[in-house]
Amino acid sequence: MDLFDNLALGFGVAFTFQNLIYAFVGCLLGTLIGVLPGVGPVATIAMLLPATYALPPVAALIMLAGIYYGAQYGGSTTAILVNLPGEASSVVTMIDGYQMARKGRAGPALAAAGLGSFFAGCVGTLVLAAFAVPLTEVAFKFGPAEYFSLMVLGLIGAVVLASGSLIKAVGMIVLGLLMGLIGTDVNSGVARFSFDIPELTDGVGFIVIAMGVFGYGEIISNLSKPEEDREVFTAKVTGLMPTGEDFKRMVPAVLRGTALGSALGILPGGGALLAAFATYTIEKKTKLQPGEVPFGQGNIRGVAAPESANNAASQTSFIPLLTLGIPPNAVMALMVGAMTIHNIQPGPQVMTSNPELFWGLIASMWIGNAMLIILNLPLIGIWIKLLSVPYRWLFPAIVLFCAIGVYSTNNNTWDIWMVAMFGVVGYTFIKLGMEPAPLLLGFILGPMMEENLRRAMLLSRGDWSVFVTRPLSASLLAMAVLLLIIVALPSIKSKRQEAFVEE
Amino acid sequence: MNIKSQKDFFSGLFYLVAGGAFAFGATNYNVGTGARMGPGYFPLLLGILLAIIGAFIMFKSLTVETQDGEKIGKWAWKPLFFIIVGNLLFGILLGGLPSIGVPAMGLIVAIFGTTLVVSLAGDTFKLKEVLILSIILSIGSYGAFVKLLNLQFPVWPTFITG
Repeated sequence: MDLFDNLALGFGVAFTFQNLIYAFVGCLLGTLIGVLPGVGPVATIAMLLPATYALPPVAALIMLAGIYYGAQYGGSTTAILVNLPGEASSVVTMIDGYQMARKGRAGPALAAAGLGSFFAGCVGTLVLAAFAVPLTEVAFKFGPAEYFSLMVLGLIGAVVLASGSLIKAVGMIVLGLLMGLIGTDVNSGVARFSFDIPELTDGVGFIVIAMGVFGYGEIISNLSKPEEDREVFTAKVTGLMPTGEDFKRMVPAVLRGTALGSALGILPGGGALLAAFATYTIEKKTKLQPGEVPFGQGNIRGVAAPESANNAASQTSFIPLLTLGIPPNAVMALMVGAMTIHNIQPGPQVMTSNPELFWGLIASMWIGNAMLIILNLPLIGIWIKLLSVPYRWLFPAIVLFCAIGVYSTNNNTWDIWMVAMFGVVGYTFIKLGMEPAPLLLGFILGPMMEENLRRAMLLSRGDWSVFVTRPLSASLLAMAVLLLIIVALPSIKSKRQEAFVEE
Repeated sequence: MNIKSQKDFFSGLFYLVAGGAFAFGATNYNVGTGARMGPGYFPLLLGILLAIIGAFIMFKSLTVETQDGEKIGKWAWKPLFFIIVGNLLFGILLGGLPSIGVPAMGLIVAIFGTTLVVSLAGDTFKLKEVLILSIILSIGSYGAFVKLLNLQFPVWPTFITG
């Protein structure tokens, strides 16, 4: 069977000494930033991108991917022990996880999160491997019109599933698309919106935007809140093993979480956060068995299900990226950047032109998950110690690494001035309640969308109906419109707002 | 007229101005036709779209009632100032400003300067702690970025290394 040949090739790549080391470094860093509240994977990956210039592409992507799914593991530790979301996707884990910790059951809660994540991660990786080939074949049937419609669907999906105001998020996308157009136009060679500044003819670096908006913006906003009283349950982590009864309740929750998480991860705009929210809502709706602790008071299912879901989703969200070249969320948008830095054009051709990279990355995720369970369960003590590091030591280090990172992308201080500007812009976005993730997605997709629009229109001789007369393109656009209509329906609208407000 | 949602009003204004600026800028380039799009076509289209979205959000913020007026709230000037200044200082110390004759001081000086200034953004500032943090960050950055990853940095001030 082909799948096994491919996976064998992948494991061959992933099991080299160098790639194992980078997978480990990625997972370690991922856990680290997952544990530390206030540091997210977007800013971290942006910070580390310049450092991967010197690495071979496979090693670089293996490490960056490790940071993303590693962060999902680490986030649960903070959620359970400190009642703070170490990672946005572990917000729901806090509800029952922290209550379990308060009742002296931090150990089983951590184990449930870890084991659930491990299982989900393995399944997610398998789904990724199985879906990759057929989806890639579909992608080869796509012309420019289909790609354009697919990107429209992807962007609409991203805002529909994101939190907050729909119309503001759409505005953010359009703003991102426009910012992506800054720089030299590939077709005509005209430098657009560059104000005769030579550095701007190359466009605005997406690392600069990611760091300014996600790094500095977040830090400033974090610092404006009063320091929380952190109550860390350090002494109480004894006995990691869940009881037999715990297992009995955990297993179905983990299975449900994995299934839903895998499905939601594939959707554009989906990913870890949405998956965690959705599964928790479903678990809460299921009937409690006799003698079971109610939700919100330390039910182990409330930990196992969302943690499995966010991990499964973080694996399967690689599917649209690797098969279609379309990033479904902000982290994947950064991965597109990472691939471009290494001269790999993301899209269906990656699998055929760089099979080592494609399957090596997938295989490394499985290895990474195995590493993470070891990093997170037996070595939990180290991470707990880390939680006592105060934020006032962390944020100067983050600012410094951001500054070093942007400087080293071009060895030019210009990028440092730009990141300062985007820091101010990012904080403004937070103050005005504008979601920054769609901006980054639009920014990455801007040039691609323009290119495909131009080609499609050139082929149709200026006839806009090409987008609705080609069946594939028409159905993609119809799905996008349908999504918008569904969300705009009053009954769904209120439910949607409820889902994002509810903790 | 009362602003019903301050946040929405100003984000709408932001979109309107940004969209308008992009659309206006796009008219400086060849717009072209649908079949042969010039460099101005797509930005003009998107700029107009963004301006319309902005206008719509502003209109909504003036008409749709909200519970608390969705106030923007106080700006955190102190962290904003020190984080941004610290970041700018890093650039100036690391690379210098040749145009006004500021010499490049190199990575180590830049790390100390940035850490000191950025730390002022927090609620508590203890000089001894910050200095220890600077030393750790200097050694760590030198080891990781210069030695291990081989990134090109001016490490020491130019007037020492020449």
